[in-house]
Amino acid sequence: MTVVELRALKLRIKPNFKPVNWRLITEAIFGNLMLVLTLLSSLLVVVIGLLLFQKCLPILETHSWAELLFSSSWFPLKGDFGFSPFILGTTWVTAIAAIIAVPTSLLTAIFLTEYSKKKMRTLMNPLLDLLAGIPSIVYGMWGVLIVVPSIKAFAATVFKISISGYSVLAAGIVLAVMIFPAIISVTLQVLTGVPVELRHASLALGATQWQTIKKVVLRKALPGVIAASILGVTRAFGETMAVLMVAGNVARAPHSVFDPAYPLPALIANNYGEMLSIPLYDSALLLGALILFLVVLFFNGLARLVLIRIEKRGF
Amino acid sequence: MKRFDLRNAEEFFFKSLMLTTTVLVACCALFIVGVITQKGLSSLSFEMLTQTPKGGFYLGKEGGILNAIVGSLLLAGGATAIALSISIPIAIYLNVYTKKNSWLAHLTRTSLDVMCGIPSIVYGAFGFTLMLTLGLRTSLLAGMITVACLILPILCRGIDESLRMTPKEMIHASYSLGATRSETALKVVLRQGFPGLLSAVLMAFGRGIGDSASVLFTAGFSDAVPTSLSQPVATLPLAIFFQLGTPFPEVRSRAYASAFVLTVMILFISLLARLLVRKLHRHVIK
Repeated sequence: MTVVELRALKLRIKPNFKPVNWRLITEAIFGNLMLVLTLLSSLLVVVIGLLLFQKCLPILETHSWAELLFSSSWFPLKGDFGFSPFILGTTWVTAIAAIIAVPTSLLTAIFLTEYSKKKMRTLMNPLLDLLAGIPSIVYGMWGVLIVVPSIKAFAATVFKISISGYSVLAAGIVLAVMIFPAIISVTLQVLTGVPVELRHASLALGATQWQTIKKVVLRKALPGVIAASILGVTRAFGETMAVLMVAGNVARAPHSVFDPAYPLPALIANNYGEMLSIPLYDSALLLGALILFLVVLFFNGLARLVLIRIEKRGF
Repeated sequence: MKRFDLRNAEEFFFKSLMLTTTVLVACCALFIVGVITQKGLSSLSFEMLTQTPKGGFYLGKEGGILNAIVGSLLLAGGATAIALSISIPIAIYLNVYTKKNSWLAHLTRTSLDVMCGIPSIVYGAFGFTLMLTLGLRTSLLAGMITVACLILPILCRGIDESLRMTPKEMIHASYSLGATRSETALKVVLRQGFPGLLSAVLMAFGRGIGDSASVLFTAGFSDAVPTSLSQPVATLPLAIFFQLGTPFPEVRSRAYASAFVLTVMILFISLLARLLVRKLHRHVIK
């Protein structure tokens, strides 16, 4: 026998020979592929931030942060990019929306968990879904058709001032209705998470139902309720189309609720057409998007951390 | 006789206040739908649904919004398909492959949750820069990618939640029969979570149809129904927006009708999701 033949024989009678197991190979491929996708998806936030930041670099190199954030002169043709009127506009609109929506939603959520009968809850659920499902452009249209004329009439009869109705107040009201379902649904989850025993103990001590809610349920649920409100309000903060349609879009900081405002998202949406024809304009608008992104990221991250802690620790 | 009691008065006050706000929220929902229906129905016609815009459509001449209806369906459908093909593996990975309390699962879930809250205009701006980076033009494809990014977190978390409901015993039973993790995932977990998956898909699809700010930069607008991925495409929300922007009452009334069509489409989808889930839930092993 030659050496070659011997080697061939050895190969054939290898004692621990295992057939290729395709199931295990698919398993390995599957697992690693999914791992990669999962990693990529959790990195998407970072990618969005970095890409926007990279596009903002040209304007950040020529203008200082202080000038961009606090200057109120907005003349893209002259190279002046002061975001202050838009930031103030967004702040006003969001604040009005929060003032209307947060108490209303919280009271509604408390009513639905603590007082209402089951029938009422099954009646309200589809309505909340309905509110959550209506697209923002339809909210905007509703605002233009109903809210704006009502505000105009209200200002004319009560305050004797004539305005167009396109105002901070109109945007605030439309946004408030838009974020009702977001705040209510998260608050409902938080409140139903509070153990029934706590309520029973309080009621057994002779407290009224409202006292129980005020001193036991709400105290226990406070972090979650705050987180729910923040989640809702940040949604109002970044909402674009509805606000664009009813806020009036005048690039001046508003001084009263009847003044028009020009919120940041509306600015971005309104000027996409000409943004490539003026130098630095695209960079400035994307900086607006970056500001929105960072603010929402910060508040949402905070709220989520609170909610996760509640879920983990329980009440 | 009952003595006047401050505690009871407070109770009564807050209870009525809460009832008022609840009724107010309910009325808002009904009021908005009522306004859209009343305004929309009166100007809705058969031609609007079956024709593309003819010359002078935005001046009040003939035509319809077929381009926008088909465009929206194509865009949202494509985006949902892209997002779905990424979401299912992620949801499976999070539920079958990671260990309990894995940092990767926590990180991914948190980051997806945070992404749900990012405004759609930011996705629009992101999609726009991505489009420029990739060298694309405003087109159906660019719009699909942008909307896919927008609905990915919603879809992913929806599927994740539905797969999470799979009883641990079922997974263990599958393992003990010698199935690998991928086999368990495809043949047990995914089937068990199918109703939830379907409802998540429909919800994401509805969100994709209704969103306007994200496609403003990326999908463009066109009066024709697109025939390829590289053509610009009209979407229903943007069609409404442009029609509302004109000073002509005929065109504006068409915008109301378009808004009615959009609302009906979205409500139909969410209703369908509920019905399907209820129907398919029979097959879920409890």
